[in-house]
Amino acid sequence: MIEHAEAHSAIVAPRGTWWVPAGRQEKLWVSLAFVWCLVLFAMMPFWHFRGGQNPSGVRAKVAPADYMARVEKFVADYKVGEDGGMPVVAPPPGSDVYLQAQMWRWYPVLRLKEGVRYTLHLSSIDINHGFNLYPVNLNFQVVPGYDYGLTIVPNKKGDFRVVCNEFCGINHHMMVGKVVVE
Amino acid sequence: MATIVERLPAVFRARTCEVTGLRVEWHAEALIKVNAVVAVVNFLIGIIAAFGIVMTRWQAVHLLPADLFYRFLTLHGLNMLIFFIIFFEMAVLYFAGPVLLSCRLPAPRLGWLAWALMVLGMLTVNLMVVQGRADVLFTSYPPLQAHPLYYLGIILFAVGALIVTSLFFATLVVARREKTYEGSIPLVSFGALTAAIIAVITLLHGAAIYIPTFLWSLGYMSMDPQVYRMVWWGLGHSSQQINVAAHVSIWYLLAGLTVGGVVVNEKISRMAFVLYVLFISMASAHHLLVDPGMGPAWKVWNTSYAMYLAVLASMVHGFTVPAGIEMGQRLRGYTRSTFEWLKQAPWSDPGFSGTALSVVIFGFLGGITGVTIGTEQINIIAHNTLRVPGHFHTTVVGGTALAFMAVTYYVLPLIFKKRVAFWGLAKIQPYLFGIGIVILSMSMIFQGIFGVPRRHWDVSFANAPFPVEYHPAVQLFQASMGLGGLLAIAGGLAYVAIAVVSVFFGRPFRLADTHDRSGVPQGVWNLPPQLHRGAAVAAVHRTGTPGTLILVGIFFACFVLYYFANWKILSFLWKVG
Repeated sequence: MIEHAEAHSAIVAPRGTWWVPAGRQEKLWVSLAFVWCLVLFAMMPFWHFRGGQNPSGVRAKVAPADYMARVEKFVADYKVGEDGGMPVVAPPPGSDVYLQAQMWRWYPVLRLKEGVRYTLHLSSIDINHGFNLYPVNLNFQVVPGYDYGLTIVPNKKGDFRVVCNEFCGINHHMMVGKVVVE
Repeated sequence: MATIVERLPAVFRARTCEVTGLRVEWHAEALIKVNAVVAVVNFLIGIIAAFGIVMTRWQAVHLLPADLFYRFLTLHGLNMLIFFIIFFEMAVLYFAGPVLLSCRLPAPRLGWLAWALMVLGMLTVNLMVVQGRADVLFTSYPPLQAHPLYYLGIILFAVGALIVTSLFFATLVVARREKTYEGSIPLVSFGALTAAIIAVITLLHGAAIYIPTFLWSLGYMSMDPQVYRMVWWGLGHSSQQINVAAHVSIWYLLAGLTVGGVVVNEKISRMAFVLYVLFISMASAHHLLVDPGMGPAWKVWNTSYAMYLAVLASMVHGFTVPAGIEMGQRLRGYTRSTFEWLKQAPWSDPGFSGTALSVVIFGFLGGITGVTIGTEQINIIAHNTLRVPGHFHTTVVGGTALAFMAVTYYVLPLIFKKRVAFWGLAKIQPYLFGIGIVILSMSMIFQGIFGVPRRHWDVSFANAPFPVEYHPAVQLFQASMGLGGLLAIAGGLAYVAIAVVSVFFGRPFRLADTHDRSGVPQGVWNLPPQLHRGAAVAAVHRTGTPGTLILVGIFFACFVLYYFANWKILSFLWKVG
């Protein structure tokens, strides 16, 4: 049992030896907090092995012009129609899907199949944009010069939107794209 | 070097504080005043901008046109997060150094030069923003580009702040050499020291990003957008950790001044501060969790501050601050029942109520939401949604700004030697501001959970090519966001009015004038004992702090619940990887 000789506030300069063991309750809290921190940490690697949602992806640098060329080829290969002046593209299952962010549109409109795996590539050809899938609330940063290739499996049919959620200039609020899952 | 310092006379222009007995040096006191005054002016600019922003985001009002909305948003971020807070922190450093250690301020003219540089930088930046030459928002992500003077202004401001932190370090050396205190530096000064060290780390990141960006804006070099985001957030997030270290120091300070709160264990509290220093610079990762430039290992390790050791630090302070208050109150005789110490606390003293609200808002709302959305995978459902500003309005506004407001009510009589004006209003100001911020932030967080984006002028998407319509509940949360915002703005304006009127037109305060007690917090009239000795101390250590243990138990249960609820929500999403 330690006998505490004095107690002082935080504006008093402590004298003598203050490097003494903590009290029972303080030790209890610090230990509990530390164990909790380890749980918080372990959850992230755990989800990589067991969870279905991870932001890992296939990541690579890409020049905006090269990315545009890939998008154009993708559109030419799998275009099935038009929607509001925008090409609608229906890629085959398992394929690479390209979405291009630019001031102020998401190009092209995508038509995907439920329960099928795709690799969704995201990049910007001008400035930073933000990929937000409405109403699923799936969010990724879209950075010019970088290709973010994410494996996705749509789990529900529906008419989805891609909202830009990174400030990209005066018409940022008009930057809405479309994804249909059948 | 040593001989020069020793040869300097230990006499300097100072007064002795009649409340605390501390020696207050003239330059330090004057620099505290001028930095605090500019901080409040920036705060006022920030509030005006806040009004425009919240009244625009509330779609039913939708006050500003798009260009002005983003300009106000830029202005709000810079004036609140950078200018208000850092000017105030400069005042904190002058207090925690020369004043708390009762020593002279070395090289005072450098202090004035630093202040002038910071004011010049602040004016330059604000001028560029107001003129519409820097509509790049607070983060100014390239390739978005502002006028070169905008970047230069920030560099000038940062150089000034770096000088002040150097003066603080020099003060510690001088105080030790001239033996103005015995033993170790007080905990408040130690906390401020960690804030100053983090400030140096932060400002070096700032130099590493703003100097190249300045050159880029002049056309001399190229700039990689992803590298910018990484280094910039080394400044952007680390600067929030200066705030944490500073406002936790203020919690300890006010716990002592208002109710005689004690330091339960110096070792534990100081180790927690050291953890901030060691792991804070990794926080840049919080903003890059769903970025394409980094891999999972980098993200997991960095976002967790190397296994959440900085979170551990905050959880420790979250216990030791209330426990210190409980123990101090028990030493003053409030020993009946588990919570008499809390019930009998001076809730009408804005110094105390502001501190208590700051601890609760920062811990319960800021801490829990922050750790959760800063988890690598959970960030997928939070990144760039309104959850993010919802989170940081509870940390940096409900936590830091409210703590700064609380300490102002003690700075006015103790440093400015003025009574607090509009005392009746001052007593409720922390509640007005704190409750407003809580309503605002929670409304933002709920909207964010529905996917509503941050930094967005029109979430009705009136002119978008494809319609987007949010869940009807979003409209309800928009209204509560608007009302919470107005309440917080009212609380903020009350603070500005109280501070300005007290400083420039306030009635002078002298400790002898006890016939009229209004306008001065109870802790100034009757400073609680700051030092206890004898049997009472051993007894209170045996009792411990049962009340605080219950409070942190509730906190822990909320934390666990919220954290795992978010994993559950995440698991419903499309498979992505």
